[in-house]
Amino acid sequence: MNETSPLLRVHNLSHAFGNLLACSDISFELHSGEVLGVVGESGSGKTTLLNCLSARLMPTNGIVEYDLRDRGLTDIYALSEPERRFLLRTDWGVVMQNPRDGLRMSVSAGGNVGERLMAVGARHYGEIRGEAESWLSKVEMDLGRIDDAPKNFSGGMQQRLQIARNLVTKPRLIFMDEPTGGLDVSVQARLLDLLRGLVRELKLSAIIVTHDLAVARLLADRLMVMKDGKVVETGLTDQVLDDPHHPYTQLLVSSVLQV
Amino acid sequence: MQQSENLTSAAPEMDEGYNFAYLDEQTKRMIRRCILKAVAVPGYQVPFGGREMPLPYGWGTGGMQVTASIIGLDDTLKVIDQGADDTTNAVNIRRFFARTAKVDTTEVTDEASIVQTRHRVPEDPMNEDQILVYQVPQPEPLRGLEPREIECRKMHAYKEYGLMQVSLYEDIARFGEIATSYSYPVMVNDRYLMSPTPIPKFDNPKMDDFPALQLFGAGREKRIYAIPPYTKVKSLDFDDHPFQIQQWEENCALCGAEDTFLDEVILDDRGGKMYVCSDSHFCARRRAEGHRGKLPDMAAAAYAAAVGAERAEASQTAGGESGQ
Repeated sequence: MNETSPLLRVHNLSHAFGNLLACSDISFELHSGEVLGVVGESGSGKTTLLNCLSARLMPTNGIVEYDLRDRGLTDIYALSEPERRFLLRTDWGVVMQNPRDGLRMSVSAGGNVGERLMAVGARHYGEIRGEAESWLSKVEMDLGRIDDAPKNFSGGMQQRLQIARNLVTKPRLIFMDEPTGGLDVSVQARLLDLLRGLVRELKLSAIIVTHDLAVARLLADRLMVMKDGKVVETGLTDQVLDDPHHPYTQLLVSSVLQV
Repeated sequence: MQQSENLTSAAPEMDEGYNFAYLDEQTKRMIRRCILKAVAVPGYQVPFGGREMPLPYGWGTGGMQVTASIIGLDDTLKVIDQGADDTTNAVNIRRFFARTAKVDTTEVTDEASIVQTRHRVPEDPMNEDQILVYQVPQPEPLRGLEPREIECRKMHAYKEYGLMQVSLYEDIARFGEIATSYSYPVMVNDRYLMSPTPIPKFDNPKMDDFPALQLFGAGREKRIYAIPPYTKVKSLDFDDHPFQIQQWEENCALCGAEDTFLDEVILDDRGGKMYVCSDSHFCARRRAEGHRGKLPDMAAAAYAAAVGAERAEASQTAGGESGQ
């Protein structure tokens, strides 16, 4: 892969729901191995942006280009729908805020992890199971629960299972929407630790949407601060958080509770 | 009208109050167009304007509509329900077409030009001049896994069938083998995933390269699909858990057949049971040819046991009385 060309390039992306402009004129580039955090308060258009980027919501305006393995930077919305769906379950991963949206709650943990493998043509039960076991242990899950359905798992386990399920096809880019939302602090810390390790180890690129600045500081190399659908400030994470320029970012940073 | 040799009843009178084969001609044309499309795209579920039939959904309305739209005066109809010609559903549907279309009916697979079936493929081979019509309760094989209809259709359109494999994975993870024993999913012509209706997986291999046209009608869901003659039909499986059909330790107790689908029949409340062919005509023909299962021995043994117990009881009672 060409080191200078970005993995994902977004140009003038806007999305409107009727009269409501959810994202306005957003442009950025994401390079291989980079983790981009998108922060901002509720309703600032973070999730809409993520949906547009991850080929699940066609933007009203603008271009999203992704560096496909076989043909380089390509406008993902110019691809056919089956190609986009294929991309989503092979080279990409999407970790949802609510595990119920990202998992099949009545299918066993092993089946959840194996689904992507089977979707790309794996037909050997032993190998699929072996792969599932290896990923479940990578996300620190008890292998004794491989045949249990995620509806019987705790929130933290569900979230870790979701990560395993997405990483099994060795994607290059993962999208995460509030990966730690709704988890208690200690579980959050372990999940973040795990994510940070995986991202480094697998040289993943990631776009993480969060309203939690601590999460952003731990995981993200770069930050994008959104307000009312617009990007108000971007920069290296430490730079943005330690020396915020835009008044809104200053407000955001100063609103974090100190323990 | 010719009197056929049905076990069940004499051929009824033609009912003049209805159009030929009950449905009106426009409806039959519409259904025939859907059948043509279904044959052109093997395994694809074609929506059709299903009509109300004079019996409830789930009793074979889909199969009956298909049969009604393809049947002609010179056809001979056989109807089976779980392999049997003499069960309520089979008898009534056969009577229905005898009354409304004045067609000959038969129980002999060979003689029939149309066989309407619920949950079995006949044991006797079928030929290119015959049509097999299945009654389908749930045409969508992905339904139990993916509740969204739009998503299901996309999965069919883009041939994304990994999810079906997940259900087989779950079987192995839970039971150590693929435990699905009926409605076992198949790939038709290497393209469409299809539910073979609740036929036992024993019958799946018969569908492959089958000489007769196979039509599937789902009345409640209003879908028609088809497998043209000599089409590849492959049951899904894993490389290390290949597809297998059911096997029984015993043979048919009536005719001794060893390669048929057997029904378990409970004989008493002491665990006694026997296995008999589910295809009643096949079994009867074999018995007529002189094949015998072990039932006569079993019956004799059961009689001896029952009578022996009675006598022992009687003698015990008698002995007790004499001792007084």
